[in-house]
Amino acid sequence: MIEIRFHGRGGQGAVVASELLARAAIMDGMKASAFPSFGSERRGAPVMAFCRIDDRPIRIHAGIYEPDYVVILDAKLIKIVNVLDGIKEGGKVLINSPKSPKELGLESDHDVFTVDATGIALDMGLGSMASPIVNTAVIGAFAAICPEVKIENVIESIKQAAPAKKEQNAEAARKAYDSMKGAR
Amino acid sequence: MLKSYKDMPSTPVSLQSTEDIMTGNWRTMRPLIDEEKCIRCYICWKFCPDMSIEVEEADDFPTVNLDYCKGCGICANECPKDAIEMVREE
Amino acid sequence: MMEVITSNYAAAYAAKLSRVEVIAAYPITPQTSISEKLAELVDSGEMDAKYIKVESEHSAMAALIGASHVGARTFTATSSQGLALMHENLIWAAGVNRPIVMPVAARALSGPWTIWSDHSDVISERDAGWMQFFCENNQETLDMIIMAYKIAEDREIMTPAMVIEDGFILSHTVEAVDMPLQEEVDDFLPPFDPEFKIDFKSEPRRYAGVLAPDWWQEHRYRRMLDMERGKEKIVEVERDFKRRFGRSYGGLVEFYRCDDADVALVIAGAPTGTAKDVVDEMRDRGKKVGLVKLRSFRPFPGEELVKLNDMVSMVGVFDKSYTMGQGGAFFQEIRNALYSPDGVPIKNYIGGLGGRDVTKKNIERIFEDLLALNKEGKVDRIIDWVALKGGPGRWE
Repeated sequence: MIEIRFHGRGGQGAVVASELLARAAIMDGMKASAFPSFGSERRGAPVMAFCRIDDRPIRIHAGIYEPDYVVILDAKLIKIVNVLDGIKEGGKVLINSPKSPKELGLESDHDVFTVDATGIALDMGLGSMASPIVNTAVIGAFAAICPEVKIENVIESIKQAAPAKKEQNAEAARKAYDSMKGAR
Repeated sequence: MLKSYKDMPSTPVSLQSTEDIMTGNWRTMRPLIDEEKCIRCYICWKFCPDMSIEVEEADDFPTVNLDYCKGCGICANECPKDAIEMVREE
Repeated sequence: MMEVITSNYAAAYAAKLSRVEVIAAYPITPQTSISEKLAELVDSGEMDAKYIKVESEHSAMAALIGASHVGARTFTATSSQGLALMHENLIWAAGVNRPIVMPVAARALSGPWTIWSDHSDVISERDAGWMQFFCENNQETLDMIIMAYKIAEDREIMTPAMVIEDGFILSHTVEAVDMPLQEEVDDFLPPFDPEFKIDFKSEPRRYAGVLAPDWWQEHRYRRMLDMERGKEKIVEVERDFKRRFGRSYGGLVEFYRCDDADVALVIAGAPTGTAKDVVDEMRDRGKKVGLVKLRSFRPFPGEELVKLNDMVSMVGVFDKSYTMGQGGAFFQEIRNALYSPDGVPIKNYIGGLGGRDVTKKNIERIFEDLLALNKEGKVDRIIDWVALKGGPGRWE
């Protein structure tokens, strides 16, 4: 089983990202579940969302404390939240940032990848400068670093279930995936 | 730092003042007051739901308390002179 | 058809598939998306039901009691404070044989404020006279609502049913759910056809009037018989459901790996799934542990549970609520059912209160405790509070 934790801000689409990813895995014949950090949320507040993917039925209903992957939708959260809390040894980190991991100065033994999801989202007309919709680009990039997730399923999942602008969101995922040439 | 059920107060009551909670880090946008346009009507001060616009002395220009300002933008919305601009928090 | 949805949406679609006719709902976290989704479905015309927007949960239940008397299949959903607000009308509905089906997103009752999951809200209504079914996952929520109508509307039962989905933990978690087709459900669940329904023109009658002391006790006795008949009907309906839809949940309780187990833990709701994983892992390490999933709390499956006296030599009962009795509600009633001179020793574990996560480590510790006590042949304490900060015992 792989466990993924997303860090974002309320309204950025971290929860939708986790659900689209679960849907992508299920399309592929895997089992998956996704859930947010439970409680009242507000736009702009740090939130977490979670996803489990396995080839066997997922019966567990407890929280995720030792994720295999950490996905950060807003790089500024790195200073505010302990984003790497509990990450497994050998776990991978994906950050939405135009900078390279080195430039971000994230000290870590883990594999850190970056993707300019904000740039891609704005290019595709998703959201605005103040609040770009980065989640689909981010999960597209995620497919490049996670062998259990296929980009075709991610794109299909977005086309089926993205709340709006399905084609643009799917394209954003594709572009983000393609930009991760080094990772694949 | 609470460690045990024994450390809790005898009835549910908060042990911390809300002043200790810096809601300023909720912001993604911050208000910028242009003193050239500002007429010191203090409508922004009146409307701020968080008491985060401050006027230290009479006739001063209003200032934003960035420790608590959540960036809701109500001040910018209410300013009759459009003297307040919401800019992205960097 | 595979859908990837929350338990709340599963509940809403189950209501649609069950062709409910009258919905009266009021929003409350974490149930709100049930009411919202149904409002959407009714508004778009996708669902042919009357949606009454009421000012409170108390009114919601009142409206449904009325609608049910006219012969409509009725539905609402609530949680914690909302359930508490409906309290007198819950008892009314059960007292006058209204087969209303209601998902409850189990959430701790406040004081101070909480919105997170535990079973205190539904446990506080165990005396209301409703059937109470606890779901382990989103698929079970959907299936159980459909089955609940079939059970509840049986003319020899005519008792309302709560289908319980742990708040947030199921209500807001997305899982794969196999959605049955409308034709399949229509085939399984016929329209509501009560023996008596309000008909002013041809058969004017007075419904739910005063019942004096000379016949009240007999009425309660009949209500008891109705609830008892529920036990057989639940098993029968599940057998039928399995035949048609391929899914079954074990009836009133599910004994999971209890054959040749030394100890067993009785547990209900979402943590059951987590506990099953722990049972498998511990079994792989040679520990003889088993689990009993309590699906039906009302009607109370005493005849099933008493089998534990012969199956294992130590029983634990996990309660996700504590309401000031000698032990939690499940523990009290199970100990009562198992009572006998040679009854198996039983210990109560209180945990998961107010949304506290019930982890695999917590469950493992419980089983280790039970195995250790089993060697002694008796319990050390009646109750242990799981992972209590500052509490006794080695918990994580």
